[in-house]
Amino acid sequence: MNRILKYIDKIKPKYSKGGKFGWLHSTFEAFESFASVPATVTKSRTQIRDCVDLKRVMITVVVALLPPLFFGMWNTGDQHSIAFGLDWSFWMKVWFGFYKILPLILVSYIVGLGIEFASAQIRGHEVNEGYLVTGLLIPMIMPIDVPLWILALAVIFAVIFGKEVFGGTGMNIWNPALLARAFVFFAYPSEITGDTIWIEGLTKPEAGLHIVDGFSGATPLAQASSGMPTPSFLQMFIGNIPGSFGETSTIAILIGAIILICAGVASWKIMVSGVAGALGIGLLVNAFAAPGTYAAVPAVYHLVMGGFAFGIVYMATDPVSSCQTEVGKWIYGFLIGAFCITLRLFNPGYREGMMLSILMFNTMAPLIDYLVMRPNINRRMKRAVAAVNEESKTE
Amino acid sequence: MINNIRLHRGLDIPLNGDAQQKIWKTIVPDVIAVKPTDFENVMPKLLVNEGDVVKAGQFVFTDKYRPEIGFSAPCSGKVKSIVRGEKRKLLAVEITPDSTFDYVNFDAVKDIEKTSREDLVKKLLDSGLWASIIQRPYGIIANPNDTPKAIVISAFNSAPLAANINFTMKDEIENMQIGVNALAKFTRGRIYINLSAKDYAASPLYKLKGVEKTCFEGPHPAGNVGVQIHHLCPIGKGEVVWTIKPMMLAAIGKLFKTGIYDLSRLVAITGSRAENRSYVKCIPGISMHSIQEAVGNKEEKIYGEEVGIRYISGNVLDGENVGPDGYLGFYDDQITLISEGNYREMFGWAKVLRPKKFSFSHTYLSFLAPRKKYNADTNLNGGVRPFVVTGLYEKVVPMDIYPVYLLKAILAEDIDKMEQLGIYEVIGEDLALCEYVCPSKINVQEIVEKGINLMIKEMA
Repeated sequence: MNRILKYIDKIKPKYSKGGKFGWLHSTFEAFESFASVPATVTKSRTQIRDCVDLKRVMITVVVALLPPLFFGMWNTGDQHSIAFGLDWSFWMKVWFGFYKILPLILVSYIVGLGIEFASAQIRGHEVNEGYLVTGLLIPMIMPIDVPLWILALAVIFAVIFGKEVFGGTGMNIWNPALLARAFVFFAYPSEITGDTIWIEGLTKPEAGLHIVDGFSGATPLAQASSGMPTPSFLQMFIGNIPGSFGETSTIAILIGAIILICAGVASWKIMVSGVAGALGIGLLVNAFAAPGTYAAVPAVYHLVMGGFAFGIVYMATDPVSSCQTEVGKWIYGFLIGAFCITLRLFNPGYREGMMLSILMFNTMAPLIDYLVMRPNINRRMKRAVAAVNEESKTE
Repeated sequence: MINNIRLHRGLDIPLNGDAQQKIWKTIVPDVIAVKPTDFENVMPKLLVNEGDVVKAGQFVFTDKYRPEIGFSAPCSGKVKSIVRGEKRKLLAVEITPDSTFDYVNFDAVKDIEKTSREDLVKKLLDSGLWASIIQRPYGIIANPNDTPKAIVISAFNSAPLAANINFTMKDEIENMQIGVNALAKFTRGRIYINLSAKDYAASPLYKLKGVEKTCFEGPHPAGNVGVQIHHLCPIGKGEVVWTIKPMMLAAIGKLFKTGIYDLSRLVAITGSRAENRSYVKCIPGISMHSIQEAVGNKEEKIYGEEVGIRYISGNVLDGENVGPDGYLGFYDDQITLISEGNYREMFGWAKVLRPKKFSFSHTYLSFLAPRKKYNADTNLNGGVRPFVVTGLYEKVVPMDIYPVYLLKAILAEDIDKMEQLGIYEVIGEDLALCEYVCPSKINVQEIVEKGINLMIKEMA
């Protein structure tokens, strides 16, 4: 262990300002602080600091993303074997999913971190850890068949226009990962829509593979909206259904949610109020719906279909782009849930409401915060006026 | 029945190194320093030269902008040296005490009731004890011409390892009562004494008369006077509240009773690197060398790196790092000795468990062992980053304030926003815990200080 530190010490002068590779100091610093917590000591009046840092916060989110990631690997293999009538073992399915997702994760990290390092270098800042999470989120909300070049473009767009133009981590308005998804959705509609994209190889089957007769590959949400029967609630809850890589299994996402909530990293208020908002609108529409129609699909089904669960747990709770006041978080979550279901039910052209709903309320979050803070400010201002009045009375 | 205010938000950092409730010794100093840096927003104008002989209670320097406010030598002796820093900034006036304590005689006040406010103020100003009265907003020395809407005194310290006021002030009840009687002349409103709900009846301040008593319950910063003011008589624009520490109240009492400037006090020596953790009797300005016997001389290594000792005058959250050659501050009744954190921990941030470190956040599992105590060190535990995590500061600020928004308003130098978001109600120490828990390692106190300085400049 110490050898690594010694080696870092040895090469450090070269990479410090003024050294041969001085222009790489941000990159060097990033790797150094990755290997060990730096020896910096406090300089201000608060002499001691909590041992948590942003790296720890981010790695906790990454850990919370592992259950849906692993489930996604298995599910990719499982869906593939169902579509082509293959008789695969559990581990073959996992291996197949791993083999398919790895290039996406690598492209996302290499392209995204490349831009992050470059922009930190240009600004002379330390490299931020935010992309560790974003870089894993992006492949998980893409269909498994997304071409790598589209993914790379989406990452470039998300990191540069979603984040760096605003000043980097902590300054962005929208969730960068969702922005990547939105970019793909709007920029490459022909490549990335339809029923066949959700299962690996379904669009262009490899030679020798034949799609099972009558298999469509449509997601439950697509089935429901076109009036076809959906899989059972339990199946959708477990998640062996077609869909984006990480979004299908509600149970895996729930495990992640528990990790996030126990660690206090993501706001449970947003999650709870999001579910409440979705159920609220869902039940309301259910009450007026004619039996057998899309609107009559039970409200709870919406919680396990599509990207709702994944979005409300991992994306809506992004601390930077969500509301920052605690009351605001309740409102923000509720509106996301309600708006998502509204979109799903009343917008025939667009079946999945979660992405747009979150982006919409990312935009609205500062307004919600402003309105939440207003009473606090008014209370304080009223006090000031009262104080001035009293002063003038006594004088 | 005493009014009880219960605060839920805050944090008691579990640290090793409490002081035992016994007096270890009386320190006979070989050098005493009077430091302008102890006083916020004071521009010192030096009144003595090297070699001058001063008495206890004689001005050493005054404030250039408020010349009526002076700062006195706490002992008699010869001015040994005048220490200056960069740009000739006055850092300290060092005095070699003589063996006899010569006090300036300010004449005792026989009957405070019959003495006018002006006379009392003048006596406090002349003696240099006026500096013990701090005003809110801003946490600076009070303006003698103001009439505060209340005077608020916190009768307990809730900061980590802080001196126990029930112990340090137990023989000072009479002096404090005189102090309270005098202060009552200064305000139209009430004098609030805020006790700890845990053991309020044991507090010497519980016995004071002519005051409004309130109990505060909850974790740190419940004992911070700023938090208490927020709940008792919040400060609006244009309002002033005065605060004073109990030991300073006793010093005022002594001044009026005997006519001398006597700042002697009990100081707690605390922290994991202190060996003889107990109380010493001393005056402010003693050198850290004079408590050398209490400093642990064992070498300590953390992760293979030898770590030195940080000498803090005050507590770990808002004390001053004075170094081994530094001096005890004017307002401080605590010295904390902890390890420096100049070590590197391999993959510290990625470890599942870090049993030697405490974290308020649940990303480590220290919350599963709530009774465990930790040895603090000064490592920053990470790199400085922009604000990311939200809702965290609010958990340690038991006030109706949005700390992050206030800090952002300060960074943007937006005076109106700062007012709206409560800049008048906080000083650095009230938000010190924010800085402690911040995963982005933002220097919260520095930002607040910047905001306060800006307000003082703009409102002058």
